[in-house]
Order: sequence, then structure tokens, then C-alpha cells
Amino acid sequence: MTKKLHHSGDKNSLTRRSVLRGVGAIGGLAAGSGLITGFPTIWAQNIKNVTLRQFGTGVSNINEIAKKVKSDLGFTLQMTALDTDTTAQRVVTQPKSFDIADIEYFTVKKIWGAGNLQPFDVRKLSNYDKIVGIFKNGKLTPTSKIAQGTAPHTVGFTESQTSRDFAASETNWYTLVPTIYNADTLGIRPDLIGRPISSWTELLNPEFKGKASILNIASIGIMDAAMVCEAMGEIKYGDKGNMTKTEIDKTMEIFTEAKKAGQFRAFWKTFDESVNLMASGEVVIQSMWSPAITKVRSMNIPCVYQPLKEGYRSWGGGLGISRNLSGISLEAAYEYINWYLSGWVGGLLMRQGYYSAAPETSKKFMSGDEWGFWFEGKAAKDDIIDPFGNKLEKAGSTRDGGSFYDRMGKVECWNSVMKENRYMVKKWNEFIAA
Amino acid sequence: MNPKLQVLPLLAILSLFFIGPIIIIFIVSFWDYTEFSLVPDFVFTNYVELFGSKVTYSVYINTLKFAGISWAITLLIGFTVAYFLAFHVRSLRWQIVLFLVCTIPFWTSNIIRMIAWIPVLGRNGLINKTLLSLGLIENPIDWLLYSDFAVILAFVHLYTLFMVVPIFNSMMRIDRSVLEAARDAGANGFQILFHVIGPLSRPGIAIGTIFVVSLIMGDFVTVQAMSGGQSASVGVAMNHKRALLQYPAAAADAVILLIVVLTMVAILMRTVNIRKEL
Repeated sequence: MTKKLHHSGDKNSLTRRSVLRGVGAIGGLAAGSGLITGFPTIWAQNIKNVTLRQFGTGVSNINEIAKKVKSDLGFTLQMTALDTDTTAQRVVTQPKSFDIADIEYFTVKKIWGAGNLQPFDVRKLSNYDKIVGIFKNGKLTPTSKIAQGTAPHTVGFTESQTSRDFAASETNWYTLVPTIYNADTLGIRPDLIGRPISSWTELLNPEFKGKASILNIASIGIMDAAMVCEAMGEIKYGDKGNMTKTEIDKTMEIFTEAKKAGQFRAFWKTFDESVNLMASGEVVIQSMWSPAITKVRSMNIPCVYQPLKEGYRSWGGGLGISRNLSGISLEAAYEYINWYLSGWVGGLLMRQGYYSAAPETSKKFMSGDEWGFWFEGKAAKDDIIDPFGNKLEKAGSTRDGGSFYDRMGKVECWNSVMKENRYMVKKWNEFIAA
Repeated sequence: MNPKLQVLPLLAILSLFFIGPIIIIFIVSFWDYTEFSLVPDFVFTNYVELFGSKVTYSVYINTLKFAGISWAITLLIGFTVAYFLAFHVRSLRWQIVLFLVCTIPFWTSNIIRMIAWIPVLGRNGLINKTLLSLGLIENPIDWLLYSDFAVILAFVHLYTLFMVVPIFNSMMRIDRSVLEAARDAGANGFQILFHVIGPLSRPGIAIGTIFVVSLIMGDFVTVQAMSGGQSASVGVAMNHKRALLQYPAAAADAVILLIVVLTMVAILMRTVNIRKEL
């Protein structure tokens, strides 16, 4: 048996395998649509004994994925959901505790140097050509401007299989395979505000005194704060994702002043806190994450993920593989990752409001109406139901911010790690304790 | 059997699960750290940074303020409740029944009891809605929730029972003939309360104080939830460092907090000899 991954796309054997498993319909669809390029066949028997251990942030560590891996690929995927910091810490300090790590791009900047991850060989990624430009050259379309902060492409490539540095442009070695990303903005309660909101400055507008909130996670909160300060014209940043000490001081000064004047109702740390603040009406404008908005709306409370003229703050995550993986486990990891980008997972994520790195492959796993609503920004023809059966939107509604290109095309800044990170965290803590 | 041997099992358990971890925390507090790893070392930077930051002092003042105010209120309520149970309720059965009533809130978890305040105190909560509909206020009162008031209210609600139990226990041990003697000697009700019952309840008050103060000094959940993350306490600051994986810095925080709380307890022990009076 050869150890080379089979790429030729042997339709017969794939179909046979799929039929044997009794998933003929999906298999046939996959075969018919040319998806099979990522599915090797030689390993079909041995690979069943492989167990891959994955950990990562909760958003994409969903059990449905592990179940589907078992039925589609035959091997076992163990998933552990952790928070961003713990994930990054374990990659660095416990390299033997995982095979696949689901990590956020901004933390890659810190952890790649530890050398516990191995880069992907781009030639073995069957859907590489379908990955959007954001994760290759930083440009969504050829004319897009590249956003500030830790843009994924700046930490996406490395020079060689053993390099601990990042490459300046596309190479054959991919640090992470991108999987999930989104554009974040402020959430508002339109019913309690009663007028249009169009700028980040509104977060500190005295009109909302005692009714605003910002998230208390330093690395992300500081970005939202910077978006506000820049929109107010108070500070002009060189790079919001890599502030100087003076810029950090000024930003925190403006926010401390606002805090002391009673602008904020609360600072939230968890998803549920943000939902409660908004749903109870304690807060009418705040930093928020997209699924939290959906959650508030599913309680029949009006809540808008308000597009703002200064643009979005964006984040992205991807899968990395442990340096310890080799042989059949490594091949299984490639097979898993090729499957990941082949559309089913993308559909699962996109039907929750996130984006897939290879969106077009997901189209086949979404209804025309779902694709129109989530990706194209069109009005829903029917009720929009999430993958877990919850009704998210009524027929006729449209996605806040519009289409994929409208939203991801207006990214102003990516989540990032600054050179002055430690100083920033210290200043942020002073702001919270002030 | 040698009585010292009988202590051994307890000693073993305490060493393993209590003394051991504290020693580890103490050792780690001298380590260095990078963003993603702990570096075994012997440095004082964690302590230097702790004492060098003005946040530390404001956080301690804030925590002591919470502890002080909550202590005074829990003592007042706890003493009153215990007094009622011990001296006004005559039958033992009713004493037990009413005592169990006091523990009802403890049938749910700490967090539930705390979060239950949110719909009551919120801007659109029970109190504000009632006051608005009665026409007593025109705009909702904001300081009911996500404020120091809310934090102290939750502390009092959570910890009053810790004051009631030991004080009730002390009061039940007071020899009733002492009260009669006081009455015979011409003391009125207040004099008996302040000169007889009060001093004799001191061990209970001291034990209750240790419970309440040490619980509040180390708290972070209540402060985070009830102040809406706007107030800081020593526990919140420590938890924040822990979340940022700055374990050595958090360990240094823990060591200092331990010293502060132990000092407070030691001072308390000087005023009351608990062991003698139990």
C-alpha cells in the first residue's frame, strides 16, 4: 500500500463506498458535482481505526461535525470546545494533546513561533482554488483594499515545512486552512433608539448614557474602542491592529472619561451576558457577535446588527495540524480538512450566519433561499431555519449588512495581537477598574 | 491508640488538597511567564508589578468597602434573626422549623440566587415597573442594578445565613438563668441585650464574621454579575489574569490576598478566643 494520497478522483470506488454505507444520495450528489477530488480511497479500511483529537473555540466545535465525519469518512474525530486563550495556550504548552487545533488567526501570530504546528502542503488541498482571496492575498476582490490588524493572509503562509516565520506572499506552505470568519459590528435595539444609526461614534453618544456596553475581552474590546475613537475624529491610528503606547493611552483615556460619566451600563464577557443585556433593554447599543443578535431576535425582540459607515471589525479561524502527526494520521487529517472545505460544514456554518472559506462549495448544501438570504443578501422567501431547527428569521426579511461582498468588502480591521499587547492589557484593566 | 495517629487521616487529606496547592501557588508566584507559557524562575516581578500598580490599591479599597458594608448589614440582620429565634420563639420545634425556613434560599445554587435579582432590579424589572405604574417615579431608577448597591444587596442575600447560624448557636448556649439574674439585678431589656447577650454572642459573631469577610474578599462571580463588570474586586482582577494565562501574576495576587485575609482573621482572633468560648 502506498502512502501517497490518492487524488485522481476514482468515481467508481467512491460511489461504491458511499452506496455501501447507505448514503447513496449524498454520495451521488458529491460524485456528480465533482466533489470527489478530495476523497481518497486507498485508506478506506485502515483509516477507520484512526482517531483525530481536535480542540478549538466553541463556534465551530459542533458535535454534528464529528458525527458526519464518522459517517462520511469513517474515522473518529474527538472534539473539545475551549476558549480562544486556552486553545492557544495548549497548542504551545501541550503539543501532544491534540492532532488538529481550531484556532483564530490573530493567535497564530503568537503561537506559530513555538513550532508545534506543521504547515499544510497546498498541493494536497483539493479545494485550495476555491478559498476566497482574503486568505490568500488579503483581497476579497482584485480591487479591495487590505484591512488593518492581523489580516489572515499576513500569517497564512510560511516559507518551508520547518519555518517558524511567516512568508510575505502566497507560498506552497499554508499555516492554517481557513474555515470560518465573519464581520462584526455594533448591535442595536432599533425600537428603543428610534432613529437611524450609521457610525461607530454612537457608542459614546451621551444620548445613550447608561445604555451602552462594550465587551470586556481586552484584545477585541480595544479594537471596538479604536473604531469609535477614530470615527469621532479624536485619534488617527497608524494601524488599529498594532497601536503605539500613545495611541493606547489616548484611546483608554477617552473611554475612561466616558465610563466615569456613566456612559456604560455594563461590560460583558460572555455570549449569554450580551444577549441578556440586549434582550432586557438594559442596553440599547453595544459590541455584539452575530449569533447573539440572532438569539435576541429569536425571542421576538427587535435587534439589528447595524452596518456602520466606517466598516466592520472582522475575525477568522482555521484548522492547524500538530507537528507530531505523520503517516496515516496525517493523511486522515488532510482527508478531514479536504472534506471540511467540500461544502457540508460550510453549509452548516453559513446557515448560522458565519461564512465558509470556500463559500461556493457550500451552495450545494444550502437551499436556494438560504443561499440567497445568507450569502447574497436577498429577502428570504420562506422562514429561515438554522441547522438545529430553530427559526431565525421570518419570510421577507433580509440579512443586516446585505450580501457577502457588501459585508466582507467593508472590513476595516481584523482582530489582532499588538506588539504592545502586555501594555495594552494593563491599560485595559485599569479602564475596567477605573 | 495514640491520639496523634488518629489525626493522621485528616492531616493527610489537608496536606494533599489544601496545604500542597497553597505551597504550589506560593512557588508559582515567583515564576516568570510569557504570553503562552510559564517559565520556572525566581523573580519578584509579579510582586513588583502588583505593588507598583495603582489599580491594585483601588481594587483592594473597593473590595474592603464591599466587605465592610456587607459585614455590617449581615451582622445587623443576622443578629436580629438569631435573637428572635433564640429568645422569642419558645418551642424547640418552631425554632427548628423557622431555622429551616432561613435555609430555603440555599436550596438553589449561588449563581441562581444572584442572577434572580436581575429581573427584579433591572431597568424594566419588577421594582421599576411597580414604582412607575404607581406613579412614584417618572423614569426608571438605574442604580438598582449594575451598581455597588446591587453587589452589596447580593452579598447580604447570599451570606446573611452564615451570620445567623453561628450567632444562633452562641445564643442557644447562653444560660437562661444569667438573663434572669440580670433582670433581678434591675437591668432593662436593652441593658440585657448590650451587656449580657451581646458579649456572650461574641464567639458566634466572630465566626460569622470570618465566614462573611473571607467569602467576600475572595469573590469574583457576584461582583462581575451584579456590577455588570463595571466594578473591580481582588477576585475579579485575579480571575482576569488567570483568563489571560498570567498564572504567576494571579498566584502573586492570591498570596497577597491570603496574607491580607489571614491578618484580618488573626486580629479577630485576638479580640475573641473562639476555642475557649466554644
